[in-house]
Amino acid sequence: MRDIVTPNDAAIHLDHVSKVFGKPGSSGAYRAVDNINLDVRPGQMLAILGKTGCGKSTIFNMIAGLTEPTTGTVRVDGRDPFADFDSFRGKMAIVFQSDRLLPWRSAIQNVELGLEMLDTPVAERRAAAQHWLTKLGLGGHENDYPHALSGGMRQRVSIARAFATNANIMLCDEPFSALDESTAGRLRAEFVRLVKENGKTAVFITHSISEALEIGDRIVVLKRPAMIAYDVSFDTATDQQQRELIRSRIGEVLAA
Amino acid sequence: MSDAMPQAATPSLADNVLGMAKRLGMSVLPFAVVIALWQFASLFFPRFLFPSLIDVFWRCIDIFSTGSMFADVLATVFRILAGLAGAFIVGGLLALLMVRSRAIDRFLSPILSLFQGIPALSWVVFAIIWFHGVEFRIFFIMVMTTLPSFTFQVLGALRAMSRDLMEMVFSFRPTRMKLFRVMIAPAILPDILTAWKVNLGNASRVVVVAELVGATGGVGYELLQQQQLFDMAGALAWTLQLVFFVLIVQGILTLIENTAFRYRAVSERVI
Repeated sequence: MRDIVTPNDAAIHLDHVSKVFGKPGSSGAYRAVDNINLDVRPGQMLAILGKTGCGKSTIFNMIAGLTEPTTGTVRVDGRDPFADFDSFRGKMAIVFQSDRLLPWRSAIQNVELGLEMLDTPVAERRAAAQHWLTKLGLGGHENDYPHALSGGMRQRVSIARAFATNANIMLCDEPFSALDESTAGRLRAEFVRLVKENGKTAVFITHSISEALEIGDRIVVLKRPAMIAYDVSFDTATDQQQRELIRSRIGEVLAA
Repeated sequence: MSDAMPQAATPSLADNVLGMAKRLGMSVLPFAVVIALWQFASLFFPRFLFPSLIDVFWRCIDIFSTGSMFADVLATVFRILAGLAGAFIVGGLLALLMVRSRAIDRFLSPILSLFQGIPALSWVVFAIIWFHGVEFRIFFIMVMTTLPSFTFQVLGALRAMSRDLMEMVFSFRPTRMKLFRVMIAPAILPDILTAWKVNLGNASRVVVVAELVGATGGVGYELLQQQQLFDMAGALAWTLQLVFFVLIVQGILTLIENTAFRYRAVSERVI
């Protein structure tokens, strides 16, 4: 069930990527990612699964262009996200673990943020922000400041903010981990539907096997320091029995 | 965290009016006490020690209504604002450089700390020895005495900015200008307003010293005249001009705070 993606087809391409924090070779150096190879095809929903501290967030930050790899090559749509940082304006959106809403902006102003960076005309960006807020069930809360919204509502605003720019690539770093299970479940389902509907490529970081199975059509399990220990793809045709097999295999890999 | 909406209670009109009256009463009360104590003292002490506040009131009216005297007040106000603006601009730029470069920070921090230890009066003496122009002397003194605190306050605000929020804004790839407008300026604004409030009080004290020894006009110069005439009512009236100015500007800054920071959640339980 391993997915075959060639580097040329890949929306995201990692080639022998390593990341060392601190001076490489020194006693304080810490190898967070070790020689990883990964290709994600356009439209794929990849769940990266691993225990805390296994380097998931480092890989995430390198794909987002927020961290530079120590060795190896990272390419997103054929370009280096760190060196060509500005060229990804409007092409990549991130949903973080916490909502990270600007407290001095209302819900609708927070959703408009990415569009402001793209110099979208005011009326157009207001309409887009309104559309996504309504779609995520926040109609009527446009002018509320973050402190007046509940945790689940704030995370919806941050999802609306990510979708509003119409970016092709969505990066999500455990966006539902701070929410209660029922709210997280509802938002997760909404999120998957919106990603599929809009044909996005998504990388979803999680430490929950259930969440990875629910969200991904491919799961990569990382072992510390971030190395791929298991890589599996599946689709709607994958039945419950096969999914249970995948779940138990992931459990074995994580426990090993 | 749940998905439920937090409940907000809406106060009635009567509650609002009562609250406003209470706040007004509380802000007027301290002034009323000081005024009453002074007036009480004026009944028992000679006029040159504690003049009646009625005399002081008429002297204030005199200052407001006499063009040349009111020009002295405006000159002092302009000197304070120009000095503060100069120190804020230079201090803000230094803070930006210091936050961007550790080497610049290590170089400038000790110098600014050294400046902070120099008394305002020493800067007055230095300015008189170094420069000829009265206005430049006063501007120099105002900038040098308020520069370190502006720099350190802006630097502290820049360093205290949330790294999470910065990364979030960075993820949208903003230009430098947009990063400043959407993230940096709103994040440091509360500290900037506090810095202005603190430095305003300092500047109004320093400007008087600078004008006492180095100017031919302004509130400080007029205070010197009152001292030579042994005229307490005049000294108090001129002092009140500065107090009024500080209160007005503090009021404007508070108004800006109330408008700009209305997004803040207010806890019902006080510290």
